[in-house]
Amino acid sequence: MTEKRTDFKMLKPSRPVGIIGYGAYVPRYRLPAKEVSRIWRGGSGGEPIKEKSVPGIDEDVVTMSVEAGRNALARAGIQPEEIRAVWVGSESHPYAVKPTSTIVAEALGVTPYTQAGDFEFACKAGTEAMAAAMGLVGSSMGDYALAVGMDTAQAKPGDALEYTAAAGGAAMLIGPAEDALAEIEGALSFVTDTPDFWRRENQKYPEHGGRFTGQPAYFKHITGSVSRLLEELDRKPEDYAAVVFHQPNSKFPRRAARELGFTSQQLETGLLSPRIGNTYSGSAMIGLTAVLDRAQPGELILMASFGSGAGSDAISFLVTDRIIARRGRALSTEDYISRRTEIDYAQYVRIRGKIALK
Amino acid sequence: MDIPRHWRLNKQRYALTGEVCPHCQAKIFPPRDVCPECGGEAKTEFGFSGKGEIYSYTNIYNAPEGYEENIPYTVALVKLEEGPMITAQLTDLGDQPLEIGMPVEMITRKIRSDGDERGLLIYGYKFRPLVSA
Ligand SMILES: [Zn+2]
Repeated sequence: MTEKRTDFKMLKPSRPVGIIGYGAYVPRYRLPAKEVSRIWRGGSGGEPIKEKSVPGIDEDVVTMSVEAGRNALARAGIQPEEIRAVWVGSESHPYAVKPTSTIVAEALGVTPYTQAGDFEFACKAGTEAMAAAMGLVGSSMGDYALAVGMDTAQAKPGDALEYTAAAGGAAMLIGPAEDALAEIEGALSFVTDTPDFWRRENQKYPEHGGRFTGQPAYFKHITGSVSRLLEELDRKPEDYAAVVFHQPNSKFPRRAARELGFTSQQLETGLLSPRIGNTYSGSAMIGLTAVLDRAQPGELILMASFGSGAGSDAISFLVTDRIIARRGRALSTEDYISRRTEIDYAQYVRIRGKIALK
Repeated sequence: MDIPRHWRLNKQRYALTGEVCPHCQAKIFPPRDVCPECGGEAKTEFGFSGKGEIYSYTNIYNAPEGYEENIPYTVALVKLEEGPMITAQLTDLGDQPLEIGMPVEMITRKIRSDGDERGLLIYGYKFRPLVSA
C-alpha cells in the first residue's frame, strides 16, 4: 500500500464492507414508447427507448421495495432481525408524511430494533442510502443495513419524460466484507447545486431544464465522480468487467461510457433502460443487479448513479466466490424483465390513476 | 376508519405470519392462539413460505366499497403448502389462463385506501402465478 494521500475524497470505511445480498424488482406491465408517440405525436418522431415498465394498480414504492428486500434477504441468508437499518431512497414515496421504510421494515420482519428512514435526492437517493449503509456497517455500529432505490416515476402526459418514466429498482444488503458477494473497494460522490430537474411540494409532475439536463448535469457529475474514483483507486477503465451508469434513456449512458473510456461491451449487461425505461432511484442499482447475476469471482464492477439537483455516487466493487452460491436463491433481474405484459396507452392511463373515478 | 384494527393486523397481513401448534405441529392461519386440529393452546409464531395452489376462484365485477378501482379482479381460495386454506385476491395475472391447482406465491400489495385519497393505505397479502426462474 502506498502512503495515504491527504486529499483523498473516497469513502472507504476502516472496517471493509460489501454487498451480502441483492434483489431486483420490475413490475410486469410494459408501455411501448411508440404508444406514447401514437397519442402525442401522431406516431412520428424517434423514441428514446423501446418500452418502459409500468406498475400494477396495487403496486407502489412500498410493495416493490418489500419484494426487492425479500430477494436481497434470500440471497444473503441472514435473519431479518440482524438488519440494523432500512433506508429507502425514492422520489415517489406513497406518503408525503409517513415513512416508506417503517412499512418495508415491518413486512421484512426487521422491526422494532432498527434504524429506518426515507432518503430523497432525485435519482440518486438509493445510492446515497448505500453510502450511509457503508458508514453504519463500516463503523461497526451494526453488521447489516438494507439500502433500497425504488421508484414509480410519473411524467406529465405528453412530456418527453413520459416515454421513459418507469417503475422498478433494487435492494442492496450491505454487510462486512468477509461475508460479501461483492466487496466495496471505495465510493466517491460529486455534488453541486445544479437546477436541471425539480418538482415543488404538492406538484404532481416534475419540471426540467430541457437540454440543460445533459452536459452541465448528467455528464459533468458522472464524469466527476467516476474519474476521481478511478484516480484514487489507481484503476483504469479497462480493469473493469462491467460498468453501470444511471440510465435516463439509452443514449446518455452510452455517451458517458465512451467519454470515460469504457467500451460498449462493458456497458451492455447493465444497460436495461431500452427495455424497462428510467427507473429513477432504481436505475443504476437495478443495472448493478443484472451485472451481478452474470458476474464471475474476481471481476471488478463500477457503478455510478446520477441524481438531479445534482450529484453522482460512484462505487467500485470486487466480486467474490460467494456470488456463485448466492445468486440463484432469488429471481434474477432477467426473470423479472422477461415476465412481460404489453399494455396500450388507455390501460396505462387507467392503472397510473390518471382517470378520476369521482 | 379503524386504524387500531389495521395496525394490529399488520404483521399477519404483510408477511403471512401465523402460528404453529406445539402439540400436533399443525400450521395455523390466521393466528387464533388455539389449534383448530387438537384444541390445544398454540401461540408460537410461524412464518409461512407463501407458496400454495389455487383451490377455487371467482371473478369480481361489482366490487365492495373501497375496491372499485381494481375491477375486474379475481378472488381465490388458496391452499397453502403448509396446509391452511386462505381467501385472497389474485394479481399480476397478465394473460395467463387460470386453472385449479395452479401454483401461486404470496406477495405484499396495496389492498385499498381506507376512505378517500386522504386515508391510510392498507397493505396486505395477495397471490400471483408463481414466477419461475
Ligand atoms: Zn394442535
